[in-house]
Amino acid sequence: MNIWKVFLFGTAIALLPSATSFAAKTDLVLGIVLEPPHLDPTAGAAAAIDEIVYANIFEGLTRIGPKGDVLPALAESWTKSDDGKVYTFKLHKDVKFHDGTTFDAGDVKFSLDRARNEKSTNAQKGLFAAIDTVESVDPLTVKVTLRQPSGDFLYNMAWGDAVIVAPESADTNKDKPVGTGPFKLENWAKGSQIVIAKNPDYWGSPAQLNKATFRIIPDPAAATAALLAGDVQAFPVFPSYETIAQFQADPRFKVVIGTTEGETVMGMNNKKPPFDNVKVRQAIAHAIDRKTVIDGAMFGFGTPIGSFFPPHHPAYLDLTAETAYDSALAKKLLTEAGYPEGFKTTLKLPPPTYARRGGEIIAAQLRDIGIEAEIIPVEWAQWLDQVFKNKNYDMTIVSHTEPNDLNIFARDDYYFNYDSPPFKAMIKEIEAISDGPERTELYRQAQKLLAADEPAVFLFQLPKTGVWDAKIEGLWENGPIQANDLTAVKWTD
Amino acid sequence: MKRATSTKSLIANRSFLIGATITLIIGVMAGLSFAWTPYSVSTLDIVAKLKPPSISHWLGTDHFGRDILSMIMIGSRASIFVAFVSVAIGAGIGIPLGLWAAARGGLVDEMLMRFNDLIFAFPALLSAVMITAIFGPGAINAIIAIGIFNIPVFARVARGAALALWVREFVLAARAIGKGEGRITIDHILPNMANILIIQGTIQFSLGILAEAGLSYVGLGAQPPMPSWGRMLFEAQTMIGLAPHMALFPGLAIVVTVLGLNLLGDGLRDLLDPKLRYMR
Repeated sequence: MNIWKVFLFGTAIALLPSATSFAAKTDLVLGIVLEPPHLDPTAGAAAAIDEIVYANIFEGLTRIGPKGDVLPALAESWTKSDDGKVYTFKLHKDVKFHDGTTFDAGDVKFSLDRARNEKSTNAQKGLFAAIDTVESVDPLTVKVTLRQPSGDFLYNMAWGDAVIVAPESADTNKDKPVGTGPFKLENWAKGSQIVIAKNPDYWGSPAQLNKATFRIIPDPAAATAALLAGDVQAFPVFPSYETIAQFQADPRFKVVIGTTEGETVMGMNNKKPPFDNVKVRQAIAHAIDRKTVIDGAMFGFGTPIGSFFPPHHPAYLDLTAETAYDSALAKKLLTEAGYPEGFKTTLKLPPPTYARRGGEIIAAQLRDIGIEAEIIPVEWAQWLDQVFKNKNYDMTIVSHTEPNDLNIFARDDYYFNYDSPPFKAMIKEIEAISDGPERTELYRQAQKLLAADEPAVFLFQLPKTGVWDAKIEGLWENGPIQANDLTAVKWTD
Repeated sequence: MKRATSTKSLIANRSFLIGATITLIIGVMAGLSFAWTPYSVSTLDIVAKLKPPSISHWLGTDHFGRDILSMIMIGSRASIFVAFVSVAIGAGIGIPLGLWAAARGGLVDEMLMRFNDLIFAFPALLSAVMITAIFGPGAINAIIAIGIFNIPVFARVARGAALALWVREFVLAARAIGKGEGRITIDHILPNMANILIIQGTIQFSLGILAEAGLSYVGLGAQPPMPSWGRMLFEAQTMIGLAPHMALFPGLAIVVTVLGLNLLGDGLRDLLDPKLRYMR
C-alpha cells in the first residue's frame, strides 16, 4: 500500500463521523505523462504547462470550450467596431487573484502589453501580433485596437499563452502561479505530483472538486498498472494504446476516444539535400502506408491526414488520396529525382510511442524503396535542441498539438526549413479575414498546396485516448486545446 | 602440473555436458541465423501482429507481426557478439595488467590495483549511460561499457592466481637459471593459471549476456531494426496482458543461455581445477 492510499484512508476515517456516508468523493487523482518545466503559461511552449493550469488556475479574456468554440471568460461580453479593428471588452466584477489582489482592466493591459513586449518570453508572440494598443477605459472596460482586422483575435485571446496575470505576481508565476481560476496551486512535489485545491473565493460557478492531484507517470506500463490499482482514477491522455481494449472491456472504466489538434507528421529538413527536391519528398510520402502506421504504432487509434489540418475542422479537406500508398510510384519519383538506388539518411525519434513505434514501421517501409533511414532515438531535451532549435536532422516524427497552427509552415525559423512564398501569402490573407466561406476556401487552398509540396509527410491526427473511472463526469472528450479543464468534473456517487 | 582430462571424465561431468550442449545449440542458432531464419525480421506484417504460438509461427509474433523465433535467433547474435567482444576486451587488458602487478609487486601493484578498484566500484550501467550520452546509443558502446567493467575482474583473478604461483618452487627454479620476469610469466605463470582464466571467461561471458540484455532493455544497446533480447522484453512489457508470449520467449532465451554458460563454467571448474579434482 502506498503512502497516498494510507493518506486517503486516514482522511476517510477522519471525515467519517462528520460526513454522511453517501457523500460523493471530492478529490481526484489524474495521470499525466509529462511533467511541466514550470507553471507559467505565458513563458513556455510546453503543452504540459497548459495541461495543468489552463482554465484551472489561469484564465484569459476568452476561453476555449470543450467543443473548441470561443467562450467568454474574464470578459463578460465584448463589442467589435464596424471596421473590425476595435474590440471593447466588458470585464467581470468582483474578480480576485489567488493572492487576494483585485482583478481589473489594468491587469489586462499589463498582461497583453507584457506578452507582446520585445523582451517578452512568451512562446506564442504571434497571437498578439495584430494588437496595436490596449487601453483601460475604466476598471471594468478594456479597449483593444488592432493594426488590421484579425479573424482569429478572440480565438487567440483564449490561448493559455494569453491568460491574464497580475503585475504583483507575474515574475514568480513559474513556481507560484497566481491566477483568477477556480483552483489554486497547493503543492508541487517535483518529479512526482502537482496538487491543486478549490479556490473558495472564485468569481464564477465554483469547482465541484475540493482537490485534484496530477500524478506524473511517464511509463505506459506504469500508467496501466496505476489505473488498474486505483492509484490514479483518470488518465485524460492515456499513453498505452495497446491496453485500451482491456479497459474498454472493464465496466469499472470509461474509455473515451476523442479528437485533438495534434497533427502527427514526419518532418523533413527541406533545405538539406536530398529533401530539398520535392520529388524526393513526394516519393517518401507515397512510400508510407498510413493505415499500417496507425494500426502498428497506435493500435488503430488515429485518423489519417493528407495535409496539415484537423479532420474535425469545418474547412478540412481529405487529401490522403493525393499521397496514397503506392510503392511503384514512389520508386518512380525517386528515380526521376536522381536516386534510383535510394539513399541513406537518419530518422530522429522523440520518446512518445507514436514516434518510436511509428518510426520503426516507417523505416521498414522506406527500406522497400531503397531508402535506409537509420533510427536515432532522442530524449525531449535533445530533440528540442538538435531538431527544433538547431535544425540538425534529416527526418523526425512529432505531433503538433497546438490548435490553429497551419501557419507554422509559413514561419522562416521553423524546423521544417520550408520556404514557400505562395504559402506565406496565403497565410497572410487567412489571418486578415474573419471566419466565413472566403476563409474556408483559403484554408482549403493552403491544405492543397501543402499536400502537393509535401514539406512533411502528414501521417495521422493524434486521438485523445481518455480512460477514467466510470463514476467520473465532466472530463473533456476532445482536446480542442491543450488543457485538463476540471471546473465541471465531479464524482457521480 | 599435468592437464590431462580424459574424454570419459568430460562426459561423466553432468554440468559440463548440459552446459556445453546448451551453449552449442545457442551458438549454432546464432550461426544459422546468418544463413536462414524462418521469416524475415526486416519486413513488418502488422496484420499478423501479436499472434500466439502456432504451427506457422512456433513462438508467435510480436506487435509488428514479426516472427519471434526469427527475432530470437537474430537477437542471439547481438548477445553473443557483445558478450564475446567485451570478454575479449576485459581479458586482453585485465590479464596483462594483473600479471604485471603480480610480477612487479610494490608500487606498480598498488597503483594498478587501486585503479582497478576505482573501475570496479563504478556501476557498469552508469558508465554505459555516460558513454551513450557522449557517443549515442548502440551495440558498440554497450561493448565498450561492459568491456571496461570486465577489466578489473580479469586483472584481480590474474593477479591473485599469479601471486600464488610466484612463490612456487618451479618459479624459483626458473629464476635461479636466470629467466626474467616477462619470460617466467609467459613460460610458467600463464600456462598454469589458464584453467582459472577460462572459467572466469565463461562466467563473464554469461554476465555479459545479462548486461547486454539489461542495456538494450533501457534502450542503450543495439538499436532497431536490429533485434535484441533485452529490447524485445522492453517492447513486450506493455503488452503482457495481450500477448504474454512476447515477453516469455525472449526471457526464456536469456535464462537458458545464462544457465547454460554457468553450467559450462561449473563443469569446467570441476574438470580443470586440480584442487577440486584431487578432492573427489
